[in-house]
Amino acid sequence: MTPRGEFACQHSGEYRPPPSACREPRLVPLVAGPYSPGLMREHIFGHRHLLGIEGLSRDDIEHVLDLADGYVEMNRQPEKKNSRLRGRTLINCFFENSTRTRTSFEVAGKRLGADVINMAVAVSSMRKGETLIDTAMTLNAMHPDVLVVRHPESGAVQLLSEKVDCSVINAGDGSHEHPTQALLDALTIRRRKGGLDGLIVAICGDVLHSRVARSNIALLNVMGARVRVVAPRTLLPAAVERLGVEVFHDMAAGLRDVDIVMMLRLQTERMHGSFIPSTREYFHFFGLDYDKLKLAKPDALIMHPGPMNRGVEIGSEVADDIDRSLIRQQVEMGVAVRMACLEILARDLGNGPPLP
Amino acid sequence: MSEPRRLYRNARLLDPANGLDTQGDLLLEGAHIADLGTGLGNAGLAADIETIDLGGLCLAPGLVDMRVQLREPGAEHMESIESGGHAAAAGGVTTMVALPNTEPPVDDVSVVEFLARRAREVKLAKVHTYAAATKGLAGKELTEIGLLAANGAVGFTDGVKAVANALVMRRLLAYARSFDQLVVQHPEEPSLGGAGEVTEGEIATRLGLPAATPMAELIMVERDLRLVEITGARLHVAHVSTEAAIEAIRQAKSRGLRVTCDTAPPYFALNETAIGDYRTFAKLSPPLRCESDRRAVIAGLRDGTIDAIASDHSPWDQDSKRLPFSSATYGIVGLETLLPLALELYHQSHLNLLDVLRRVTIGPAGILGLTAGRLGRGNPADLVIFDLDSTWRIRTDEFRSKSKNAPFDGREVRGRVARTIVDGRTIFERPVGETAPPRSQ
Repeated sequence: MTPRGEFACQHSGEYRPPPSACREPRLVPLVAGPYSPGLMREHIFGHRHLLGIEGLSRDDIEHVLDLADGYVEMNRQPEKKNSRLRGRTLINCFFENSTRTRTSFEVAGKRLGADVINMAVAVSSMRKGETLIDTAMTLNAMHPDVLVVRHPESGAVQLLSEKVDCSVINAGDGSHEHPTQALLDALTIRRRKGGLDGLIVAICGDVLHSRVARSNIALLNVMGARVRVVAPRTLLPAAVERLGVEVFHDMAAGLRDVDIVMMLRLQTERMHGSFIPSTREYFHFFGLDYDKLKLAKPDALIMHPGPMNRGVEIGSEVADDIDRSLIRQQVEMGVAVRMACLEILARDLGNGPPLP
Repeated sequence: MSEPRRLYRNARLLDPANGLDTQGDLLLEGAHIADLGTGLGNAGLAADIETIDLGGLCLAPGLVDMRVQLREPGAEHMESIESGGHAAAAGGVTTMVALPNTEPPVDDVSVVEFLARRAREVKLAKVHTYAAATKGLAGKELTEIGLLAANGAVGFTDGVKAVANALVMRRLLAYARSFDQLVVQHPEEPSLGGAGEVTEGEIATRLGLPAATPMAELIMVERDLRLVEITGARLHVAHVSTEAAIEAIRQAKSRGLRVTCDTAPPYFALNETAIGDYRTFAKLSPPLRCESDRRAVIAGLRDGTIDAIASDHSPWDQDSKRLPFSSATYGIVGLETLLPLALELYHQSHLNLLDVLRRVTIGPAGILGLTAGRLGRGNPADLVIFDLDSTWRIRTDEFRSKSKNAPFDGREVRGRVARTIVDGRTIFERPVGETAPPRSQ
């Protein structure tokens, strides 16, 4: 099969057909979800890796959310384990510190019965590029089934994925994508609001550096929501409106009539001398408090990918408001969504040569 | 009971904002202008209104000086808000805008509030303040532009220093734009201009003084204009002095960029020959330029490329200026000479009278969005009354400012302030012996 042509991956020349070119989803037979009262429609996911939301179809996304719904129920039972990934090896390969996301993936893998290994690679011990590939090849030789990778540089996870035979999930690469975060955010919204079509979602804060923002913008647009970004000009990337968002520089205008307010963490470590004069000024003009929230719809809900800087991008009283804040639910949905992603990617393993 | 009223009769009313230049009268009521126009004095006004006959003197909006250095807080012995207020009053300036390079600098809301309180206590010329663009004027971290603007700062600048780092300047412009705030830049690329005390050329070479290329001004202006283009922000270039920079701004304006600029009287009244024998009163930043640049400044004022004339009042005591040239500080006082030197442009037929006055009233007021610089019913009664033709010699030892550092001592000029009024109160009135008597009716 020629590796060139319109479906060629521009980095490695690998043939990668778009999802629509894959086998059509079979309508029969129906399969049982892991713990759901009914039956789910089978869907062929058609991607070897989960590197980003970009490239996923609406059906792909809904399939993940449907499966994850079932896992939410299972996670609330005393017996919260199945054997979908029994005998499989999952390695969490984190080149950037994270306890929350890594723990979430670890719990997810173990509940599916996988063997989970955690690898934390200190970035300072790495020279760029070469050692990443060395690391990938070393791991590959140990035959993992799924690698979950987080890296401080955009595109690094894709680079690694091209060097291994297993499936790779991107747990966050630089400022580029964090697909499982966007998926868990979508599940959180869907369970509370019944769907995402037509909702107005405002993503507020440090969009410039945020992979969570980029993944969410992509997913919300695919699912028919209307997306706004609200930030000072110094925290917005150039041409951001080309991603399919309405741009606001003022919370009063940006939050008007909004259904969901998604606050991004202000990365204070990047603040000195750079983008924002002080946390005090930032909170005054861009932080979420009740004064600003009252401009949104009366039943508007608040989300935050965590960890929060209380008093910087979000006030405590708003974050802890159990009627308006979905922040705790997001964490719960995170495990279920990651379980769904792991199961879906592992489905085609052992059934012949890896999917392209 | 209504406010006290006063009628100024028989004036030459001048209001560049409305293109008004006519014989007429102006009626004050309390702190505001109640009415103006011809024949007010005849219209059956109550006989008990205080009436002053101006004998044909000019009556214009009080001057708006958009670049003034007051040394309070930090060096009040050189100039305080009070002495600066008296100097302004003697110069016909009713609104001045102070740079933030005080000690401590105006980079925090508390200092803005201090200055506003002091100005209220002193009750002379109105004082507004710029806030620092970067913390400590160090050129690295932005100040709290949103909060400072909300508390009264009218613009953001690092004062006598340029914001040198292009990325910081870009972020400053982008962030200031979010709050619709003006950034004012001292246009000097410091790596090219910083060590220079005078303009490169024959005079500098003969005197053996460190010199800077005039292109240091152009390079910074061009850089900042590109940053304005990509950020869509508003920029004001302070004290332009070179033909090249003025031309760059002219082009940028014709392309629709939101840029304005001002110049100071030394740059159209003097050239580098004024340095003479190492006169430190001629040591300025930007330095005095060659004659062709001086003429380009006049051309820029004439065609409107230069929107305002600001004094760049820089008070220094004797200890700062009575030194060898290289050790002396930069700058001269200018509040009290702003009007007569600006009027030289009129008397030498470079600009008409309303255009000259526009550059010191509605021009700067418009750039900063201030309610000042115009005559109109209901506007604050901030006025200057001056004798357009009275010839006199500048005597620096008669300055009301605490500092007397100016190179104009002995210069013969035409046009002298007779009275200055703020909110209807006379804050300066020239003693009778000092003016030519008003023309009889």
